This record gives sequence, structure tokens and C-alpha cells, in this order.
Amino acid sequence: MPDLLIELFSEEIPARMQARARDDLRRMVTDGLVTAGLTYAHAAALSTPRRLTLAVEGLTAHSAAVREERKGPATTAPQQAIDGFLRATGLTIDQLEKRADKKGEAYFAVIERPGRAAPEIIAEVLEATIRTFPWPKSMRWGAGSLKWVRPLHSILCLLTDEAGAEVVPLTVDGITASNTTHGHRFLSPAPFAVSSFDDYTAKLKRAHVILDSAEREAAIWHDATTAAFAAGLEVVADPSLLTEVAGLVEWPVVLMGRIDAAFLDLPPEVLQTSMREHQKFFSVKNPKSGRIEGFITVANTETADNGATILHGNQKVLRARLSDAKFFWENDLRVARAGMGEWLDGLKSVTFHNKLGSQAERITRIAALAREIAPMVGADPDMAEQAAKLAKADLRSAMVGEFPELQGLMGMYYARAAGLPEAVALAARDHYSPLGPTDTVPTEPVSVAVALADKLDTLTGFWAIDEKPTGSKDPFALRRAALGVIRLVLGNDVRLSIDRLVDVQILRHQSGPNPAALDLLTQILSTATQHGMFGDLTRRLIDGAEKLVPDWLVPVRDHNPDLSDSLRDFLHERLKVFLKDQNTRHDVIDACLAMPGNCDLTLLVKRAQALQATLATEDGANLVAGFKRANNILTQAEEKDGVEYSYGADPKFAETDEERALFTALDTAEGTIKPAMATEDFTTAMQSMATLRAPIDAFFTATQINTENQIVRRNRLNLLHRIRTICLSVADLTKLDG
Amino acid sequence: MSDVTTRPRSFQEIILRLQSYWATKGCAILQPYDMEVGAGTFHPATTLRSLGTKPWAAAYVQPSRRPTDGRYGENPNRLQHYYQYQVIIKPSPPDMQELYLGSLRAIGLDPALHDIRFVEDDWESPTLGAWGLGWEIWCDGMEVSQFTYFQQVGGHDCRPVSGELTYGLERLAMYVLGIDHVMDMPFNDPQSPIPLTYGDIFRQTEEEYSRHNFDGANTDMLLQHFVNAEAECQRLLDFPAQDPNSGKRIIMAHPAYDQCIKASHLFNLLDARGVISVTERQAYIGRVRALAKLCADAFRLTEAGADLDTVGTAA
Repeated sequence: MPDLLIELFSEEIPARMQARARDDLRRMVTDGLVTAGLTYAHAAALSTPRRLTLAVEGLTAHSAAVREERKGPATTAPQQAIDGFLRATGLTIDQLEKRADKKGEAYFAVIERPGRAAPEIIAEVLEATIRTFPWPKSMRWGAGSLKWVRPLHSILCLLTDEAGAEVVPLTVDGITASNTTHGHRFLSPAPFAVSSFDDYTAKLKRAHVILDSAEREAAIWHDATTAAFAAGLEVVADPSLLTEVAGLVEWPVVLMGRIDAAFLDLPPEVLQTSMREHQKFFSVKNPKSGRIEGFITVANTETADNGATILHGNQKVLRARLSDAKFFWENDLRVARAGMGEWLDGLKSVTFHNKLGSQAERITRIAALAREIAPMVGADPDMAEQAAKLAKADLRSAMVGEFPELQGLMGMYYARAAGLPEAVALAARDHYSPLGPTDTVPTEPVSVAVALADKLDTLTGFWAIDEKPTGSKDPFALRRAALGVIRLVLGNDVRLSIDRLVDVQILRHQSGPNPAALDLLTQILSTATQHGMFGDLTRRLIDGAEKLVPDWLVPVRDHNPDLSDSLRDFLHERLKVFLKDQNTRHDVIDACLAMPGNCDLTLLVKRAQALQATLATEDGANLVAGFKRANNILTQAEEKDGVEYSYGADPKFAETDEERALFTALDTAEGTIKPAMATEDFTTAMQSMATLRAPIDAFFTATQINTENQIVRRNRLNLLHRIRTICLSVADLTKLDG
Repeated sequence: MSDVTTRPRSFQEIILRLQSYWATKGCAILQPYDMEVGAGTFHPATTLRSLGTKPWAAAYVQPSRRPTDGRYGENPNRLQHYYQYQVIIKPSPPDMQELYLGSLRAIGLDPALHDIRFVEDDWESPTLGAWGLGWEIWCDGMEVSQFTYFQQVGGHDCRPVSGELTYGLERLAMYVLGIDHVMDMPFNDPQSPIPLTYGDIFRQTEEEYSRHNFDGANTDMLLQHFVNAEAECQRLLDFPAQDPNSGKRIIMAHPAYDQCIKASHLFNLLDARGVISVTERQAYIGRVRALAKLCADAFRLTEAGADLDTVGTAA
């Protein structure tokens, strides 16, 4: 069986696009071949910065002949219908067969498609692939109309079998396929012909090209670690940088250099980020001191001076880069040691969002909320407020201006330099976290308070200005902020009522950056975080303040919870997504969301976990069926009779043993469930609920609810009502599937 | 191609070698445009000439001004006035990369000794309504040029595509000459009777213009000039094509484009003076882009910018 080799040789393909391009090339070509009737044993795609290569092994040489029969219109059908059939089949009337049919005689077309030779199919599939290749960004060049990621120079397309190799005839936009390619741009630029995939890879290697990116990665890592080891150092692992660098070179040559002593005092993250982002250098660490003392650069060429000139040049560029970093660091330290006042002032003139004010205004709001959250997470309110006020100061530092990805981390260094408490420094570093579904959740109480306040301020702010995420659009990353709130609360077992915090922060947004009677407002909002906007204490404060009649009080007094409800629903939606990823059933979440206290996310999840565990038991699963049966009968009767059977059932009207046993079981269960629910011991409550399964099932088997005796019937309906009440006190079982 | 392997000795020698190299490759060696621009791309020889189907090949030095980059002549690498070397060829030849590498050899950067890399860099000019794909070119980890295949300019698709090269001359020359501070770079040959450094020529002007850009420029006047340039650009394009004096069809695309260039530079100055807020910024950029598009539209109606669909492609 023949093997197929394709190489698309172009100008330099961006490193970040190569992995997907390999997958796309393999998928598009093999799908195309298979659709056209060929089969193959194995296909692999490879890439360098200048070429995309596909090797297909064990391809069939021909597609099989296909015979297709199609039934057409009756021979008596109108001419129009017959003409239509001829057009559709591409045949003439005398090529059609007439055959007897149930309803008479009909035309049949018999279409014989002969097998096609592989080269013909390959040429078609490859041209279609090239013309429709899904590059993230593509371009035209010269006077042509073809689009590719960068100018495409040549196509190698070779079919080989025992008899030899043949070029697949193919021309795309003036580029004719051949059996030749080029080696390394500088080391082996001459073109050469190849006769098979093995010949191709071997000749490429002689021409200073390692075709396989995995092999280049391995070579780089091997040489880098060896060079570092020989100097008593170690390379800092950086898999994504390794992949990127391997996508920038065809012939990797590892060179190691030392960082000038003048820069060794910079924080390791600064050295690493500067070298990585600007120069694509690996960091090299001294295992004894833990400091980053060297770098690895990967050149794409060998030189007569063994890379001395290249290393010298790179070292010079690095020196200029690190001089900038050192300049930033030293200037920043001066500002930090002076208390960061310069940065905090500066944040007044930085707009966060034109409808949400400046960064300084945002920080004031976050600090107020962090202070209120502090007691709920076990943090000192003063410390939380101070941390929130300083956590974003580093946004004005020169270092973060240069490397935005160091925000927070630099804040930690500068807070330490300013002699601030360690909890404040850590909050600066950690308050942006968590940033996704899997990264670490802060646990230090001050950090938790600031992180929660930061995210809630963002959510409430964008809700207040009606910039909610819609569909796939979430330009302010509000879904991520909501997930952050959820993970902070759950990860730290925090008990708080999210709707109160939301109410309060929405009011802070609505009362603007310079509210009148700030102290009074603060007092009202702080009270509301503990007792709710509609709590007695809060209302009393508002009523008392109303005698002073400040206009600003009106929105506080008439606070409308609609926005908070909408945001709470959004948080619940995100919680469902989060819990689903952790294999919590969606109907279980719904059953718990329908219960009171659903603004306490920790409680909500505890309830859901207990319910899911109970449903996993046989009793639990069957109880739900029993409950639903009871509930359905009761609901129908209530609708029919127009009454609610909540008078309480009396055991003296019980007629069967099973009925009496159910009374006893309900008494026992109630006795356990009530105190368990009061202490939020959902597991005990639900286990106890599950014990009702047997008595309920027995009751239904032995007893007819709708008996002639109306007294007995009503008593039984009232008994069903007890079942409903007890079960619904644990979770809304009506929301469960099945 | 004869490689020039000797190392150049001065800033001007590097410029001269680039000029003579691209002259031998068939480019028209143009002179700088006589207006303040932020980059060589603004020269009409690039922006306007990249439109339409007429073949084009030009190379030139363009003094460029970036008012916010002023550092009073103290920063080793940053200047508010510097030089770019610009090459534009339409349609981009298939060996454009090789031609470029030849220019590096010409100024003494031998790829056999250095590590030359083409690193992804997409180019976009929001003020010109232009974008293209290409690379920044690294020499031993240092960015020495930009290489772009223009896809769109002034909102018009580039057909055929122009290949554009931009060399930041000071940075490139500092690297070739082994200089750490731009002001120390020999401008003419150090063996000359009167050797001059870059600093001898530009230190004082960097100081003066830095002060001007950050504190001196009259912002009220600049704002007014911006409005004037904007209005004048539109007014010039509103003239009927038929010129009553000459009886010819004359569209004033270039004079209008001059006003667009002016508006762009005035915006840069206002930006340096810190009087444009973040939100206003986008609006100003949008206004300049609107002018650039109008000029591109007008240029496409002129002889130099038209499509030669019927000419030269006779079946």
C-alpha cells in the first residue's frame, strides 16, 4: 500500500499556531481522503516554523467502484418530472432502465462510479485543504489571491510504494507540487529531492532541520538541563515557553549566559517575567541560594564561533532590559517606602470604567465592603480595610506598568518594603485570586475579605450600570468574578448571606463617590450587611435618619431588591455550572436552591451534598418515588376538593396496621429531622427521611386513600400532607427527576 | 550579490549602505517626506502608493516624531525624534525575505555569525485604518526591523499586496556599532577632521523638544489646529474633480492627505501634553482614521491609485 507525504513550505509560521495547524492538516486531509473512498492505516502531522508536514501510511491506491441505483418517476409521469430526474442524474433518457413497479412502470437510473486512483483524489483533497485551511489569521501576498498564514512557497506531494515514488500532479494558485524541499534557511539553504518520508526526515536532519517539534523540545530541554547542571545550576521548568521556543527554531542550539551581579537582587519573578516575555529566555536558578542567576537562550543556528557573538548580543539586550527593570524596581521601592501615597493619588486619575468612576473610587468602595466582610471570615476589620486600600496601589508602579502580569505580586513586595503587616502584603498578592476554576483559593482571612469585596464590587457595579454578560459576550469577565466569589466562599466554608452584601454594595454604587453624611450611610450599610436591608435594625436606622431628611436617603429607604435578585440568580447559575463540573446532579441543586437560606452558598452546597448522598442509597431513591406518589395524590385531591389538607391527621381513624405504623414512623422521623435541621445536620435529617421509605411503601400497598368513608379519606389525605411537610422541610423533592 | 563584510563605522555609513543596497535592488531612493510624521509608514510613498494595482518600489529615510517618547536626551534608547528606514515594494516579491537578509549583510550583520529570527508580529495602525501580517526580526534577541505584508490601508484591501520593511535606524546602528547610549554613537566617521556624535547633533534638540512636548506646546492652539486640519482635509476632497483652470480632472488627494498627517501629529502632541483622556483618545484616533479613509478613497480615483484592470492584462 502506498504512503503519502505532504509538505507545505512557507515563510515563518507563528509559533502559537503550529500545534492547531498540525491537527487541522491531519484532520482535513484524512477526512477528505476517507470521504472520497480511500482508507489509510496511520497519519501523523509535524511542523517547524517553515513547514507543515503530513505523513499518511498504508493508503489504498484506488477507491472502490460504486454502483448506485436510483428510482425515478413513473414512465407515465409528466415530461417535466422526467427532465428533472435526468438533470439530477446527469443521464440521458435512453440510459435509464424501465422496471416494473408496484404501481406500474418506473424509470431507474443505474449509476456506475468507477474507482478513482489515489493521486487524483489526493490532489483534490489537498487543494481544498489549502484553500479552506482555518488559520486564526491568514493573508494574501504578491499579486496572488491564495490565502495562507504567511506566503506559501512550495508544495511537496509524494506518493510512494514498492515501485518507487511519484509526485502527485497538483497546482494551487501557481504553485506546482514537486518532490523537493529546502533545508535550514542559513545552514543548508539548497533545495533537495526526497523519495519517501524516511528519506525526507533523514535529509532534513542533514540539512539542519529537526522535523518533529516534540523532538526539538526534548533536545532543547536536554541540552538546557545539561548545560545548567554542568555549571551547578538548574533550569526553571516552563512547558509553555518550551513549546513556543521549539516553534521558533528548526535547529535548536542552546546557549547559557549569566545575569550580571547588578541585577541579582531583583525579585525572581521580575527576572523571570522580563526574560521570558521580552527575550523568550529560560531562567536558570542556583539551587543553593534559590536565586535566578542565569539564562538559557535557544538560537536557531550554529556559528563558527560556537555562538559567542549570539550570546554576547543576547546578553547585551538582556542588560538593557534588566536595567529598565532595576530602574523601575528602585523607583518603586522609594515610593513604597514613603507609604505609596504617590500611587494612591495617581489612581484618582485612572478610570476604571467611565460609568463606575476611578480606580481610587473603586478602592474606597472595596475597602468599605472588605471591612464589613471581615468578621464573617475571621479577619480583623481594620486590617482588611487597610489591605483593601493598598492592594491595588501597585497598578501605578512602574514595574506593573511594564509587566501587567506582575500586578498583585509587586504589591506584596512593595507592602513589605513599606513595613506593612504580612497579612496586608499577602492580600495585595492574593486578592485577584482565584482567577479560574482550578487555581488556588486564598485562605488567609484578610486576603479572603479583600478578594470577596473586590469581586462583589465588580459584579454589583456592572449590574448597577446594566452591563451584564449576554450569551458568549462577557467583556468584563463577570462570570469569572462570580466563580471567584463561589470558590472563595465554599473553599473557606464561609457563612454569609450573599444577597445582603450585594444589596449594600449596589447602594454604594448608587450613592456615588462622595455621598453626603458618609458616617451615617456607612452605619446604615454596615448594619444592613448583618441584618439585611429590610431588617428591623436597619429600618430603624433609616427611619431615624429620615428626620434629618437628607435627599440621599431616599434611594436607600426605597431600595429595590430587583437588581440584587438578578445578581443572586446569576450567582446561582454559576454555582450550578460549578457544581455540575463536580458531578452534582442539576436536579439536586434545583431541589436545594428552592429552599430558604439559598443565599448562604456554603449551606446550600452542604444540603445538596447530603441530598445527593441520600439519593445514592436505595431507600433514598425509593423514598422520592413514595414522596411523589403521596404528593401527587394529595395535590389532585386538594385541587378537586378546593381545600388544603393541613388539619393534622389523627391516629384514631387509622384502620390498617400499615397506616398506624406510618404514624409512628412519621413521629420518629420528625423527632430526628427537626433538631437535625436546626443544627444544619443535613445528613442526619436526610437519612432519617429515607427511613420513611419502607412505611410509606407499605402504606400505599395496603391502603386505599380514596375510600367511601369521608372521615377516613380526609384523615389519610392529612397524613399525606404530613409526609409532604416533613420531606419538603429537607429539600424540595418535587424538583427531582424521575 | 557582493557581500559587504567590513563593519560600518558610523550611523551615516549604515544609512548610506542601506540606500545603495536598495538602489541596486531596483528601489527608487526617495527623500523624507517634508512633514512631521510618527513613522515612515505615513509617507504617501507608502500609505497611498500601497493602494491600487500600479507596481511600486521605493526606499527612503523618514525622520519620525513620537512626542511622548521624549526623555530629554537622557535615555540610552528613547528619542522623541528618530529615523526610520522604510522599504516598500508592490507587489511583494517572492524573495522579499532574502532581499531583506541581504540588507543585513550589507550593513555588516552576517547571518552566518548571528541568530536571525522572524518572530510573529501583526501590524495594525488604527489611525491609518491599516493592518498587515508579518514579523519583527530579531538579531541575537534584539528587534532590528519590522516586516509586514499590507492587507488593508485606509479601509481598502491591498491588491496586490505590498511588502513593507521598517528599520529603526538608531537601534539597529547602535547594535551594529556596539554603542550603549545613542548619544555616544558616531554620526560621521570617527576619523573625520570634525568627528560628530549623535549627541553633538541631537542632545540639545531632544532637551528642547522634550520640554516643548510635555510642557511648552500651546494646547488650545493645537486643538484648534486639529479641528482646522480635519475641516481642510474634508473641504479639499469636496471639490469637483474637474479643474476649471486646467480643464483636467484633478483630485487633490495628496494635499488632503497632508492635512490628515497634520491631524495625526497634532493628536500625538496633544497626547504628550496629557490633555486627552482615555475615553477621548479613541474618538480622536477615529477622527484621524476617518480622514485617512477619505484620502484613500480619493487616491483610488486618481491615476496613480487606480486599478489597471484592462491595461497590461489583455488576453
